Amino acid sequence: MANDLECRALVKSYGAFTAVNGVSLAVPKGSFFSILGPSGCGKTSLMRMIAGFIEPTAGEILIGGRSMRGVPPNRRPANMVFQHLALFPMMNVADNIGYGLRRRGMAKAEIARRVGAVLERIDLADSGPKRIDQLSGGQKQRVAIARCMVLEPTVLLLDEPLGALDLKLREHMKVELKQLQHQFGTTFVYITHDQSEALVMSDQVAVMNAGRFEQVGTPEDLYYRPATPFVAGFVGDSHRWGGRVTAQAGSDLRVATSAGLALRATAVVPLAEGAAASVFVRPEAIEVRVADGRSDPAPASADVNVFAGRLESLLFNGANSRAMIRLERGDLIGAVLPQNLLGTRLGEGAAVEIRFAAAATLAFPAGGDAP
Amino acid sequence: MLPSIPAPRLVTFAYRAYVALFFVYLAVPLIVVAVFAFNDSLYPSLPWKGFTLDWFFGASAPKIGLFHDRAILRGLVNSLLVAFATTAASVLVGTTTAFLFERYDFRFKGVCYMLMLAPLVIPGVILGISILAFSSQIANAADDAFGLELNALRPGLLLVALGQFSFIATIATLVISSRLRKFDRSLEEAALNLGASPFMAIVTVTLPYLAPALIGSALVAFLMSFENFNTTLMLVGSDAPLTITMFDRMKQGSTPVLNAVSVFLMLGSALLGLVSVMAQRGGKGTAE
Amino acid sequence: MNAPLNPAASGAAAPREEGAAARRLSFILVFAPFALWIALVILVPQLNLFFLSLREKVGPQVYALGPRNYTELFGESVYVLTLVRTVVMSLLATFATLIIGFPIAYYIAKIARGRARTMLFMSCLLPFWVSELVRVFGWMLILRETGLLSRLLQGLGLVDGPVELLYNDVAVMVGLIYTSMLFMVVPLVSTLDSLDDALVEAGYDLGGNGFVVLWEIVIPHAKPGIVAGAIIVFMLNLGNYLTPTLLGGKNSQWFTAQIYSQFITRFNWESGSAFGFVLLVTSSLIVWLALRASGQTLSGTIGKG
Repeated sequence: MANDLECRALVKSYGAFTAVNGVSLAVPKGSFFSILGPSGCGKTSLMRMIAGFIEPTAGEILIGGRSMRGVPPNRRPANMVFQHLALFPMMNVADNIGYGLRRRGMAKAEIARRVGAVLERIDLADSGPKRIDQLSGGQKQRVAIARCMVLEPTVLLLDEPLGALDLKLREHMKVELKQLQHQFGTTFVYITHDQSEALVMSDQVAVMNAGRFEQVGTPEDLYYRPATPFVAGFVGDSHRWGGRVTAQAGSDLRVATSAGLALRATAVVPLAEGAAASVFVRPEAIEVRVADGRSDPAPASADVNVFAGRLESLLFNGANSRAMIRLERGDLIGAVLPQNLLGTRLGEGAAVEIRFAAAATLAFPAGGDAP
Repeated sequence: MLPSIPAPRLVTFAYRAYVALFFVYLAVPLIVVAVFAFNDSLYPSLPWKGFTLDWFFGASAPKIGLFHDRAILRGLVNSLLVAFATTAASVLVGTTTAFLFERYDFRFKGVCYMLMLAPLVIPGVILGISILAFSSQIANAADDAFGLELNALRPGLLLVALGQFSFIATIATLVISSRLRKFDRSLEEAALNLGASPFMAIVTVTLPYLAPALIGSALVAFLMSFENFNTTLMLVGSDAPLTITMFDRMKQGSTPVLNAVSVFLMLGSALLGLVSVMAQRGGKGTAE
Repeated sequence: MNAPLNPAASGAAAPREEGAAARRLSFILVFAPFALWIALVILVPQLNLFFLSLREKVGPQVYALGPRNYTELFGESVYVLTLVRTVVMSLLATFATLIIGFPIAYYIAKIARGRARTMLFMSCLLPFWVSELVRVFGWMLILRETGLLSRLLQGLGLVDGPVELLYNDVAVMVGLIYTSMLFMVVPLVSTLDSLDDALVEAGYDLGGNGFVVLWEIVIPHAKPGIVAGAIIVFMLNLGNYLTPTLLGGKNSQWFTAQIYSQFITRFNWESGSAFGFVLLVTSSLIVWLALRASGQTLSGTIGKG
C-alpha cells in the first residue's frame, strides 16, 4: 500500500535543544493517523516541519512519495487546519473556502461551483455569504476543514483543532471529524494532547514524548499493550507503583512495592530478579467487593492479586464513577465503581476487597519517565 | 467617586457643572469664529450688522469672499498638495516601519526604536530649521561645486512636505504597529498553507486586516499636515500653504473672510471625521 | 506545482540559504525606508544643526569651530530670561492643563456611561479637528479690545471703555491650555479606563474617603497616562510659536520666536542653530528628568501612541 506521508529520521534542533529527535513514520493512504503527546513533546514542531513552516535539521519528509526538501509551504500538497482555525476574518465563508483555488488562478465560475459543492458536503450550503463571526464553533471547524479539502490535498494536517471548543461540542466534533474523513477519504494527520480524541478517531496513533515516538500502534494496542511505561501512564488512567522484582519465572513476576505490597505482575519487557520496576494497573481491571465476611477471604490463585482495604471516598461521575480505596499498607487506589455498589449506601470507611488479574498488572523497568 | 458610590448632591452637582463649563470653554472660541463668518461687517467683531454670505461668495472689494480670494484659494491648493504628498509618504513609510519593528529582530533594534520615536520629542520649530539648514547647505554646495541649481532643496512646498513627513511618519508607524501587533500570524501561515506566495499572503490577508489602521493613519496624517504650522513656517517659500497665508492675514487684521475659511475648514474636518467613523465601522465587522 | 522534479539535485543546504536570502531581502526592503527617513530628515540634519551651531564667522566666507554662539546666547541676559520664562510658563501651562483636564478625563472614563460617554469624548476631540490657527483666532476675537469679552464687560458696566485683554501672559496661558488639552485628556481617559471600578469601590469599602482613594488608588494607576500627557503637552507648549506670537503679541518673549528671528529675520543661521540646540537640550533634559522622577520610559508612555 502506498504511503501518503512518510518521515525518515526527522530531527529538529534549536541550538542545544532537540525538539524532534529521529522520528520516522509512515501513514498509509486514506488512514487517520494521530500523534499524541503532552505539550512540549515536539509534536507541534513535527507538524510544522511537515507543513513546511520550519526546516528539518536532518531527515526527510515525503508527501505522496515526493520529497519535500526545498519545497516552500505554499507548494506542498498538504493543507493544515490550524489550532485556532485561522479563518480569515475579513472574508466571508465562501471566500475563505475559495482562497486556495483563487491562488491557483482558477476561473471564477469553477471556483464558485467547487465552493458550492464542498459547502453542501459540510451541510452549510446556504452559509457562503455569512461572515466568519456569524458561525458557531462547530461550523467554523467544518469551514476550516472544507477550506483545505476543496484543494484536494494528499494529506490534511490538523493541529489540535478541537482545543478551543467546550466539552460537549468537542465530543460531538470527534464523531463528525471521523465521518468527514471517511466521506472525503483523505489521509488525516492529527496532533493532540487529548488521548480520548486520538483513541476515538484514529486508525493508528503515535505516542510522542521528549522528541521521540514511544510507540506507534492501533488505539487498542496502546491501551491494552503499552510498550513503554510512558505509554502505560499517559494513555488511559492507571495506578502506578514503584517496586523491586522479588521473583521471576518467564514473564510472571512478583514485585514488592516500596510500601511493602506484594504484587503478581506480568513483565512487558524481560525483567531480572532484583530489578527496579514500575507496575501499572487500570482502574477498570480492579474488581471491588464488599468484604461482608460471607465471601471467601482469599481464594488467591497464582494469577490474581487480592488486597483488603477500606472505602475512603466515592467520586460520583456517572459511568466513570470511582471508588477510592485505602489499602492496609497505605496505598490509595481508584477503582471503577461497580454498578451493584453504586446504588447501595455503601458508607465511607466500609471494609472492601479488591482483586485484579496478574495479566492486567503490567511491569516495566523503572526509570522510564512516566507522566 | 463612582456612580455606585453615593456622594453628596452638592458635590455631584458641582462636578457636573464643572464638566458642562469645560465643554462651553471648548466650544465658545469655535462658535465665535463661525458666527462672525456670517456678519455683514468689515471686521469680525460686534456689533452684529446682519446676516450675509458675502464672506464666502462675495466677488467685489471690499467684500471678497473666500471663493474669490486668489491668495486663499492658492493657499488651499498648496495645502492640499502638501497634505496628499505627506499622507502618502507617511502611510507608506509607516507601514514598512511597522513591519520592521513588529516582524524582525536585528542588532540595535532598541536604538532604532528610540530614533523612530525621536521626532515626537523634537520641537517642530527645530525639525523645521534643521531640515532648512541641511537642505540649503546641500543646495549651496551643489551650486558652488557644479553650478547646479537645486531649486527643490530651497524653501518651498517640497521642503514643507518633507518637514511634516519627518514626524507624521512616526505617528503613522505607531498607529499601524498597534494593529499589526494584534494580527494573528497563523492567518498568514494559513494563506501560505493554502498556496499563497509570501507576497500574496501579505496582500490578500495582512493588508486587508490592517485596512482600518491604514485609513485611520491616513486621515490623521492628512489632518496633521493640513493644520501644521510650526514646522511649515520655517520651510515655507514663496508658495505658502493655507495656514501661513491665514497667519499673515491674522497678524495684519483681516475681514471676516478668515472666519469663512475657518468655517470651510471645520466642514472639511467634519467630513474627514465622518469618513473615519465609517472606516472604523467598516473595520469592526472584519476586525475580530 | 513547479517544485523541482529532482529534489536530490538541489541539495540540502540550498533551500535554507534561499529562504534566508529571501528573508534578508525583505528585511532590506522594510529597513531602507526607515533608514532613509531617520537618517536624511532627522539624524543628519540634527547633527548638521549641531555642527552649524559650533561655527564662528571669522571673516567673509571664513569660519572656525568654537563655542562663541553659545557664549553669546548665555552672555545676553535677554536670551537667558526668555528661555527661563518659556520653560516656566510651559511648565505652568502643563500643570494647569493637567489640573483642568483630570476631572474631565475621570468623568468620561468612570462616571459617564454609554452614549453620553461617547458624546463627551467626541466633543472633547472636536476642537482639535480644527487648525490651531482657527482656535487661536477664536480667542483673539474674544479677548481683543473690540472683542466679545470687552463688550460684555462694558455692557455689564464693569468697565468704562474698551479693555485690551489680548497681548498678556494670561492670554498666552489660556491659549496654550486650550490648544493642548486634547493631548492631556486622551491618554488620561485611556489609563483611567483600564482602572477596575472594583479597586475604587474596595478603597471606599476599606474606609478610605474620596481624597484618600484619589491619592492612593486613582492617581498611582493613572501615572503612565499623566506622564505621557504631561510630556506631550509640555513639548507642545515649549515648541509652540503660533499661540504666544498671536496672543502674546510683540512682548510675548517666547524662545521659539527668538529662533525664528535669528534664522529667518536676521538670517544668522549659526546663532539660530545654537538657539535651536539649546531648546532641544532643555526640552530633552526636562522630559528625561520627568521620566526618571516618575519611573516611566519613553516607549512605555509616548510609544503606546
